[in-house]
Amino acid sequence: MTSTTELPDWPDGLTRIPYWAFQREDVYAAEQEKLFRGPYWSYLCLEVEVSSPGQFRTSFVGDTPVIVARDADGELYAFENRCAHRGALLALDDKGTAKDFTCVYHAWTYNLQGDLTGVAFKDGIKGKGGMPESFCMEAHGPRKLRLAVVHGLVFGSFSDDVDDIEDYLGDEIMGRIERVLGGRTPVVLGRFTQMLPNNWKLYVENVKDSYHASILHLFFTTFEINRLSQRGAIIVSEDGGHHVSYSAIDREAERDAAYSEQNIRSDSGYRLADPSLLEGFSEVGDDTTLQILSTFPAFVLQQIQNSVAVRQILPRGVESTQLNWTLLGFEEDTPEQRKVRLKQANLVGSAGYISMEDGCVGGFVQRGVAGASDEAAVLEMGGAAAESSESRVTEASIRGFWKAYLAGMGIRPEVQA
Amino acid sequence: MSGDVFRLIAQAQAAYARCIDSDRLEEWPDFFTEKCFYTVTTADNHREGLEAGLIWADTRGMLTDRVSALREANIYERHSYRHILGQPFILDSDGEDGEGVRCETPFLVVRIMRDGTTDLFASGRYLDRYLVDGDAVLLAERVVVCDSSRIDTLLALPL
Repeated sequence: MTSTTELPDWPDGLTRIPYWAFQREDVYAAEQEKLFRGPYWSYLCLEVEVSSPGQFRTSFVGDTPVIVARDADGELYAFENRCAHRGALLALDDKGTAKDFTCVYHAWTYNLQGDLTGVAFKDGIKGKGGMPESFCMEAHGPRKLRLAVVHGLVFGSFSDDVDDIEDYLGDEIMGRIERVLGGRTPVVLGRFTQMLPNNWKLYVENVKDSYHASILHLFFTTFEINRLSQRGAIIVSEDGGHHVSYSAIDREAERDAAYSEQNIRSDSGYRLADPSLLEGFSEVGDDTTLQILSTFPAFVLQQIQNSVAVRQILPRGVESTQLNWTLLGFEEDTPEQRKVRLKQANLVGSAGYISMEDGCVGGFVQRGVAGASDEAAVLEMGGAAAESSESRVTEASIRGFWKAYLAGMGIRPEVQA
Repeated sequence: MSGDVFRLIAQAQAAYARCIDSDRLEEWPDFFTEKCFYTVTTADNHREGLEAGLIWADTRGMLTDRVSALREANIYERHSYRHILGQPFILDSDGEDGEGVRCETPFLVVRIMRDGTTDLFASGRYLDRYLVDGDAVLLAERVVVCDSSRIDTLLALPL
């Protein structure tokens, strides 16, 4: 077991984040155990990616490789991608169709539920060699995960103690997932992986940081394509771990403003040569043009105009993070809507007009704090609380992440919800 | 196919790489026809027929916007590329039907960061359709298929 008792003291409150939290191997190891393999739900894949019997996908829970498979009984199962014999990977492909999984090393075989069903030369050859009679196949197998499917998103957990996902996420977060994915069948438009040169928590902070959006990401401002009037807010779950930041067209303010501000022109003088990039449609029939949703510890569902995507955040060492983007459309899309999605995919991902900066800014922090382990980041924008807020000029959802983090890591268990 | 077309395309490819590598991005859209298609995707997505790209443009205007955004809006550390291109392999030289010449060209792109860090950033192939008009060849279509599905940090400059 990893001990975090030797860590330096964490500053009081949630407004100071010591930089050693992004730098220490022992912290990284403890996160894998207490968060990723602990009582939390991690996003694994989309249900449509494992829709028919025999289909499987490999994924990760933090560092831990897992297989998600649909068995002949129509049910989904997930288990470690690890042979119970000597630990080799069972599935080497990202996805495929299988009747069973046979380890390439010594041909131990598992069914699609992760049960050991065969051991090569189990009874030896000509009565010699083989496993002892006491060997019981049922007692050996990769660890299995609990699974939960939320509007087509497959989550898994190694913990038997984790709450049911509905309680884990809460009504507000569940409702916001349903808003984007409910009642529709997602179609994968593309998968991209972005390697970030920073600790995974720096990316999570960035996702939850509604303060930086208009400052770091200048695309909308430079090309004067912000709407006249937006309203928005952030939602922070009670335990702090999950969040939603959204903005919507403010019809009332827009009516008032449209007349008085119609002659306002940008100072920048820049215009898009092809403004069709932003000619979208109401994503689900409401006025919300942007909704960024994250669940603890490391999952994001985004709707940025008509760019819908899920992002799986995978720690890959103290200073490396793998970000898996899956861009989505829906079966219900018209050809015109599909084209809008392809165009607006330019906004996101590693070449995204409004997300490319997020790929490098975590690295700027990682490099910036190299000699400052005992210094701390300041998170006082919007006060000290980790609560929902009608203003997005706040760091409340980042403080929320740290509140859940400290509880989960056992650093400050008293704040555990 | 005439040797001329091969020579024209090879020359255009070399000019394209020089343009990006010498930071003359404003000229980059000029290698394309007005109504064009340019995308950067991965071999996995391409194989599966998944349509989305890291960059996806169906007009030259969108390429111009890409450059304007890089110059005026986007924030990233200064860096440059060095493109190393293979020979264009002409797939379909039937330029008579107006569809142009289809060809495939392998590439390596090295990225040189501000501090001198030099890495192999991308390898892949261009799947192109060139329109030939006398001595001029322009890209009507360029699908950049990266061999790897991983992009390190970010993709700012075009490939």
